[in-house]
Amino acid sequence: MIRWLAGLIGFGLAATSALAAEPALIGVGYLGVAGTRSTLSLVEQPAENDGVAGARLAIEDNNTTGRFLGQRFVLEERRIREGEDVVQAATALAEKNSFIITDLPADALLKVSDALRDRGALLFNAGAIDERLREADCRANVIHTAPTRAMLADALGQYLVWKKWSRWLLVVGSHDEDRLFADALRRTATRFGAKIVQEKTFEDKGGARRTDSGVTLIQRQMPVFTQGAPAYDVLVAADESEVFGAYLPYRTWDPRPVAGSAGLVPRSWDAAQDQWGAIQMQNRFMKLNSRRMTALDMQAWTAARMIGEATSRTNSGDVKKVTDFIKGPDFSVAAFKGTRLTLRDWNLQLRQPILLVDGRMVVSVSPQEGFLHQVSELDTLGYDRPESKCKLK
Amino acid sequence: MLRMWRVGLLSGLALAAAPAHAFIAYVSNEKSNTVSVIDTDSWTVTKTIKVGQRPRGIDFTRDGKFVMVAVGDDDTIQMIDAKTQGVVDSLPSGPDPELFAQDAAGKILYVANENDNTVTVIDLEKRARLGDIQVGVEPEGMTISPDGKTLINTSETTNMAHFIDTSSRQIVANVLVDARPRFAEFKHDASEVWVSSEIGGTVSIIDPGKHEVIGKVNFEIPGLRKEAIQPVGIGMTKDDKTAFVALGPANRIAVVDVASRKVTKYLLVGQRVWHMAFTPDEKYLLTTNGVSNDVSVIDVAAQKVIKTIQVGELPWGIAIAP
Repeated sequence: MIRWLAGLIGFGLAATSALAAEPALIGVGYLGVAGTRSTLSLVEQPAENDGVAGARLAIEDNNTTGRFLGQRFVLEERRIREGEDVVQAATALAEKNSFIITDLPADALLKVSDALRDRGALLFNAGAIDERLREADCRANVIHTAPTRAMLADALGQYLVWKKWSRWLLVVGSHDEDRLFADALRRTATRFGAKIVQEKTFEDKGGARRTDSGVTLIQRQMPVFTQGAPAYDVLVAADESEVFGAYLPYRTWDPRPVAGSAGLVPRSWDAAQDQWGAIQMQNRFMKLNSRRMTALDMQAWTAARMIGEATSRTNSGDVKKVTDFIKGPDFSVAAFKGTRLTLRDWNLQLRQPILLVDGRMVVSVSPQEGFLHQVSELDTLGYDRPESKCKLK
Repeated sequence: MLRMWRVGLLSGLALAAAPAHAFIAYVSNEKSNTVSVIDTDSWTVTKTIKVGQRPRGIDFTRDGKFVMVAVGDDDTIQMIDAKTQGVVDSLPSGPDPELFAQDAAGKILYVANENDNTVTVIDLEKRARLGDIQVGVEPEGMTISPDGKTLINTSETTNMAHFIDTSSRQIVANVLVDARPRFAEFKHDASEVWVSSEIGGTVSIIDPGKHEVIGKVNFEIPGLRKEAIQPVGIGMTKDDKTAFVALGPANRIAVVDVASRKVTKYLLVGQRVWHMAFTPDEKYLLTTNGVSNDVSVIDVAAQKVIKTIQVGELPWGIAIAP
């Protein structure tokens, strides 16, 4: 008994000398939509925990650091089902969590942002790539770790132009987000001097993505669909809805490479990325989640790491202090992309290199050499300060 | 013609054999899974040794008999016999060893294992694992104080220098530095620890007694964007007057006046310069240039690059026989 007591006292002493007080709890919420979307490729079908798995890893990383600083991070996940009120869910989540990482459609994110504004919670948009969230609809309490469509399109466009594939055949899907991506690609073509020789629309007439003999049919449809195009170097597909893009490579009438939503794809992250120390991160992710890391996982990881980075630099979990630091001039975060990532202070978008991937390898990383900028070469991707319509409020 | 060539070769060989100050440098080539052996008299690669996968951290045992090379993807440290120049044994490190440091007697080896946030302690004589120390995320930089009492480990994603008491093997202090700390180096008089931050773009100078950052070295190269300046390897002359800092993709070595902590000169070397080592007489400093696959030789007194030697793919670390 006495020995047990002595041991306990000894332990108590050791614990107090290591940490002055109970660790400060820092709550991080993750708000997403339940269910997963269907992709054409079975291999690319997202996991149920796509996104939040990245946040979980960053919380582990933050806690390893937190041990030395007396900070403890806790992640609370909430998924909205159809018909559920997103504002209600967000408000409940904000009770314990001053920081909320979101993977929500643009309109839902705006509702949440406005509802939580007076509460002082800080939101991290890890999922929505819509330009308007950083432009006319930007918000002072939303930080964007997801890249925008214009950033993705510019990253791809710089490479295509560098490769001297400057004549594009643009094929656009019939859904709104496909058109938005096509808008971004047209803007890119104009900025970097590429020429869209023809535009075609691929109508979504419905139907199953998985069939028992799909290949036979696709092999006949796609060449015919791309037949008779003017001379072009590369087919650029805008198909965020996953209706036809992945059917194009190897099936175009003319033997041409495919880029955009299939073929060579611009992404914030890829499971094949192994440069700049990324292999450690990929290994840690695999060990924790038993699958490979997606772009959404990375965008959520970066958000949670930004929180950890700011809490360790300010030695505080106070949302006001942390927010000020993240928005301030000294903030940067390392995210295995070979350069520090910083925030565009005019719209709170995270500057980041974009990978160009083919599903197996990282083919290139943009910005490409020679695309210069007076402030940061990363600002050659997407809308720059002088063009911005954002007024943070 | 043939004879002339042969004569030239012979005289070259004769020069190489001259006793002068010939040293042997070992360079780990991260991508080609080899170690290049360089003769510092002829400045040529005399042998290429096949090692395990992803060789990075490299150093001699104190007695000069073995070269230890961390082969991360094989989760071990291999030992190369300096005489036969072949791999003869391996050490029980943790997963993905990257850099390591040894005590003054050369008995204990401390290994940073990037994959599991630990530093492994190894008995070099018995070649046995003694224990692990939990540190931050992605431990990398390792150095020991000249008195052997303090081990310093830097963790890349935690952004700290951990001060570890070598007798108790407990962390006694954690010092926050700028993003992605890669390398730590003590001044020979033990008054300062220099820690490079690859992504932060600085070198933090820490007072090892107070455990506080007391200064920073900043770098600025006209015409080069700030993001390209990524400090990694550090080398300090024995008189503690001059430090050399490898700036990664900036392709330059910064020459730093230690007293004023100001850069006095930038030396253009190969691409993505990473680590470095002095010859024991401190006449030359050799740097590994990852992307151009070569080693630059710097004349330390003249502060000039005098030679480039082609090695394997992605040269990473370098050690020179004592």
